[in-house]
Amino acid sequence: MQKFEAIDYYDIGQHLTEEEIMVRNSVREFVEDQVIPVIEKHYQAGTFPMELVSKIGELGVFGLTLPAKYGCAEMNNVAYGLVMQELERGDSGVRSFASVQSGLVMYPIHTFGSDAQKENWLPKLAAGGKIGCFGLTEPDFGSNPGGMITRAEKVDGGYLINGAKMWITNGTIADVAVVWAKLDGVVKGFLVEKEFKGFEAPEMKGKHSLRASITSELIFQDVFVPEENILPNSGGLKSPLMCLNQARYGIAWGVVGSMMACFDTALKYANSRVQFSKPISAYQLTQQKFAYMVTEITKSQLLNLQLAKLKDQGKVKHTQISLAKRNNCEMALNIARMSREILGANGILDEYPVMRHAANLESVKTYEGTHEMHTLILGEDITGIPAYDN
Amino acid sequence: MKIAVCVSHVPDTAAKINIASDGKSIDQNGVTYVVNPYDEIAIEEALKTKEAFEGETVAISVGPESNKDSIKKALAMGIDSGVLLKHEGFIDSLGVARALADEIKTLDAKLVFFGKQSVDYDNSIVGQLTSELIGYNCVSVVVDFKLDGEKIICEREIEGGREIVETTLPAVITAQKGLNEPRYASLKGIMAAKKKTIEEKDAAAGENVVEVIKMKKPPVKQPGRILGEDATVVPELVKLLKEEAKVI
Ligand SMILES: Cc1cc2nc3c(=O)[nH]c(=O)nc-3n(C[C@H](O)[C@H](O)[C@H](O)COP(=O)(O)OP(=O)(O)OC[C@H]3O[C@@H](n4cnc5c(N)ncnc54)[C@H](O)[C@@H]3O)c2cc1C
Repeated sequence: MQKFEAIDYYDIGQHLTEEEIMVRNSVREFVEDQVIPVIEKHYQAGTFPMELVSKIGELGVFGLTLPAKYGCAEMNNVAYGLVMQELERGDSGVRSFASVQSGLVMYPIHTFGSDAQKENWLPKLAAGGKIGCFGLTEPDFGSNPGGMITRAEKVDGGYLINGAKMWITNGTIADVAVVWAKLDGVVKGFLVEKEFKGFEAPEMKGKHSLRASITSELIFQDVFVPEENILPNSGGLKSPLMCLNQARYGIAWGVVGSMMACFDTALKYANSRVQFSKPISAYQLTQQKFAYMVTEITKSQLLNLQLAKLKDQGKVKHTQISLAKRNNCEMALNIARMSREILGANGILDEYPVMRHAANLESVKTYEGTHEMHTLILGEDITGIPAYDN
Repeated sequence: MKIAVCVSHVPDTAAKINIASDGKSIDQNGVTYVVNPYDEIAIEEALKTKEAFEGETVAISVGPESNKDSIKKALAMGIDSGVLLKHEGFIDSLGVARALADEIKTLDAKLVFFGKQSVDYDNSIVGQLTSELIGYNCVSVVVDFKLDGEKIICEREIEGGREIVETTLPAVITAQKGLNEPRYASLKGIMAAKKKTIEEKDAAAGENVVEVIKMKKPPVKQPGRILGEDATVVPELVKLLKEEAKVI
């Protein structure tokens, strides 16, 4: 196969610093050599490429915006975004792993955790020696997590947790779960370690999407969590939502990687596939698809870069992140489907990445707030009227 | 011990190359440059040697300001410091070797790693020329490198097999694919590289002895032709290979 060419139609690269470009290129190389050659096999088998975890850790991807004293790279949000983009160019499942580890596990430990928790967990999670997961969604509470049933009860020396979580990325392979449960009616975060009694994390099977990622249930039956494992500075639904903002931001960038992969594959295919008298790229209907793709990729790239600047300035609003997550996921899915069409029957084969991206993006459009929920978040911000009960 | 690694800054092998209007250089438009892939192997070997025996590593590159990008990549991979020997315009292999030899003497580096060739001009000669100019031993196309005190034992690729050779420091080693798996520049390495220095001086290259007169693109490959799918077409195929393609 021909080498991947990353589209940058508006020369947005000129706004990146030398370090940001180096980070992007290093992760791009890594994905090219280490992810792409193995990912289809894992996807078909429904397994996660565990062998990549410590290598991604060595690369310095996990928690890359966190302080150097915890073994992290201490980089900015542009670098974080670019890393997510490059990982998702490989596969949404690999990006999901990194999103969860960084935005949903290391971030809350860093933001809401005690010094002892940070010192214990962050270096190990950064190196990929330990794996984390994030348990918010429940079987009956997806879009409205505030209704969660999972409860913590104060007992001598700690807490007892009862309840269940569902759709938890990395659950079965995690050493530590950041679990959200109500303590006296208030949402609090707990670090539940895999060997705690009464805690189980069976894998959910039968997915048609995100197959190279582990998704699990978390079941808590009178799980005793010692006092030192509560995230002391968490409180209210706002805490998990702050985590989701990190991960949603990563998704907004990540899906641009999927877009770039699908577009590049479709363009190369269309230039070489001859039907009737010409390559299919010579027909207007195909060109219209490419014009759409390049326009939407460029818009998403520009959106992301400005979002990153706002985030680095500490000015970003969660509604701005919603806008980018909502738009970019939808466009990525459109582009993946168009690319599939351009490849004709070949589009459904694992010889090309497009069907895998298209299937993955169905999950990506749904998790971290569905397309509809982000529409309502924006609707409320624009009109001042919430369309759902708060 | 000081360990030097010489890096060249070359067009990405995926870049589409066009010839510039002067007919003897390449059109820089849209061409991205990378560290010569064989030099990445040389960088990795320098880092491994340093990790095993201690010492100081330095990356040297001859060329214009933009070559700093490749030096920076070496620094991000873990090399301690860099030297840019500045030179604008065409420079032949001997010029590059003279400039490098001069700097290696100044640095007093006893072990020098090169890639076995640079994938731009493909002369496969700079490492050997440099060793000759400074009177170092040289082992080329190395796929296995061991250092034991002053003694060096290398395996090198030869036609149809491998050869094991022994030499001593000071030495120049040119790296072949298979010697190691170059590491990626890690995010922490990239941040650390910001604090490392790149010294800049003029390249002591001397006069070129080679001049590029003209560059030509290879002839465009014609698409293949399928004559049929069974043995009946063999006579026709043989005839065409003889008369049209003139290969048999
Ligand atoms: C592969 C995968 C991995 C995941 N990983 C994690 C994880 O690691 N941790 C975690 O906590 N969760 C995770 N999730 C869960 C994910 O965040 C939820 O699936 C998501 O929030 C939606 O919840 P739901 O599936 O229960 O859908 P529901 O909330 O039941 O929604 C169903 C449909 O109804 C729509 N809908 C809901 N309310 C409204 C409304 N008011 N107005 C209009 N439409 C509405 C939704 O948009 C959607 O289309 C993951 C999900 C998947 C698929």
